[in-house]
Amino acid sequence: MTNTTTPTIPETPLARLRWALADAWTITRRDLTHWVRQPAPFVIGLLFPVMTVLMFGYLFGGAISVPGGGASGGEGHREFLMPGMFAMTMAFGLEATLVAVTTDAARGVTDRFRSMPMASSAVVLGRSAADMLRSVAGLAVVVACGLLIGWQWRNGVGEALLAVGLLLLLRFALLWVGIYLGLVFEGTDAVVAAQILVWPVLFLSNVFVAPETMPSWLGTIAEWNPLSATAAATRELFGNPGWDGESWAARNALSMAAAWPLAVLAVFFPLSVRRYRRLSR
Amino acid sequence: MPIPLWSPSEPQDILRHPAVDEVLTGRQNLTMFGRLYHLGWPEARTRAGELLERFGLTGAADKQAKDYSGGMRRRLDLAASLILAPRVLFLDEPTTGLDPRGRNEVWEAVRSLVADGTTVLLTTQYLDEADQLADRICVIDAGRAIAEGTPEELKSRIGGDRIDVVVRAAEDLHSAATLAGRVAGARAETDPDARRVSVPVRDRVPALTGVVRALHEARIEAEDIALRRPTLDEVFLELTGHRAERDEGARTEKRTEEDRTETEASA
Repeated sequence: MTNTTTPTIPETPLARLRWALADAWTITRRDLTHWVRQPAPFVIGLLFPVMTVLMFGYLFGGAISVPGGGASGGEGHREFLMPGMFAMTMAFGLEATLVAVTTDAARGVTDRFRSMPMASSAVVLGRSAADMLRSVAGLAVVVACGLLIGWQWRNGVGEALLAVGLLLLLRFALLWVGIYLGLVFEGTDAVVAAQILVWPVLFLSNVFVAPETMPSWLGTIAEWNPLSATAAATRELFGNPGWDGESWAARNALSMAAAWPLAVLAVFFPLSVRRYRRLSR
Repeated sequence: MPIPLWSPSEPQDILRHPAVDEVLTGRQNLTMFGRLYHLGWPEARTRAGELLERFGLTGAADKQAKDYSGGMRRRLDLAASLILAPRVLFLDEPTTGLDPRGRNEVWEAVRSLVADGTTVLLTTQYLDEADQLADRICVIDAGRAIAEGTPEELKSRIGGDRIDVVVRAAEDLHSAATLAGRVAGARAETDPDARRVSVPVRDRVPALTGVVRALHEARIEAEDIALRRPTLDEVFLELTGHRAERDEGARTEKRTEEDRTETEASA
């Protein structure tokens, strides 16, 4: 039998960082293995936004008025719809993060990690890397779906990439919300709540309808919704038709699409790390 | 979940359920935990192989942990705690809810750990388990430690050995108890369901022959007569003062559920 002794925790900051990164990568690999071993939830997660795109693009498409005079239900509508669907895909990611975090907590895996001589940041870092990989895959699938149904970017690759960056930034911010909520509300309650609440948040935005058409107080909430900011900013960057709102939030969609996720991150990143460190039973 | 103790100044939480990743295979679990203990890849893989073999999981190494039986899962959980061969290991009721086979498997694992030099501190409600595994036992009743010692020491505290007599006819039970009590010089207990008389004795063989002769003279037919060490159950009931309830099975059971026994096995 191998004689193995407790590793000593490295002293220099650089060596500690290497430890944390190695641990985080081990945790990320674990999630990648999950996808291979148990592909169904992963594949369903990838395809659900596609189903939503088809539903809103073709099923309800004709009933929703479209900005920029495009024919209702036609290509103009789908070109308007897609950036909102990208933002929606990022919002759905919150649920995947919640499921993963609460499952680990319930199975006691989180507690085992905490009993190990591993960097305490690695569990959350590894989780976030895995979730970002999943979201990149999810976004790629929806983009491919959009291209198939006639959506395209019209302002060149550079702005398109910036739009993708803003979408992933939103996902990254929501990831930390998911980790925090998953650690605070153990069990499946939080997951069910997130599954239900994502819809009103989605509808109370500019993703499907113009905030101008709502009662003014509701319209204001919708315009300041972080999802609206990202959807409006990406429409602008992709050169797709959007609502030309008059409010400050609507006119500064790009800055809002960067500011909102950063603000969410500034709150939930430290909260999550602190919560993880203080977990106890 | 067993927790390796890193240093005495950092007591760890003790959990009851096996904390393994159910989607991963046994081998993937152990390799991952090995990596998190900062073993290199080849080292982590070798160690996983060794532990799987040691806990009899080689055959199931590449099956997902969710397909494991309860006993296999506990063993995998134990194996994960032993990647670095800790000096002290806490186990909280490691066999609760396992069938006899699973329990034996976990017992074997604990014994081999102790044989390799790990000190195991385990809690259990099964005194049989404490008797089987422990070098030292601490009995806790209603939150207080009420006795401590080796299993033999604890057994001696209630007066050494016992003679059990199972009578053929139920109506002889009472007279058999009186006879056995007179020979042994102690109060005999009866278990009407099992038609059994049980009495503590000091002089083992003279008491046994005395009881046999007395029964023979009184023409009481016995199905079985046995000289035995007391069980830890009897010790526990004696120590906690619930002996009177012993024949009222339900109440005894409830009582033991509330009480816990801490046992310690050390190398």
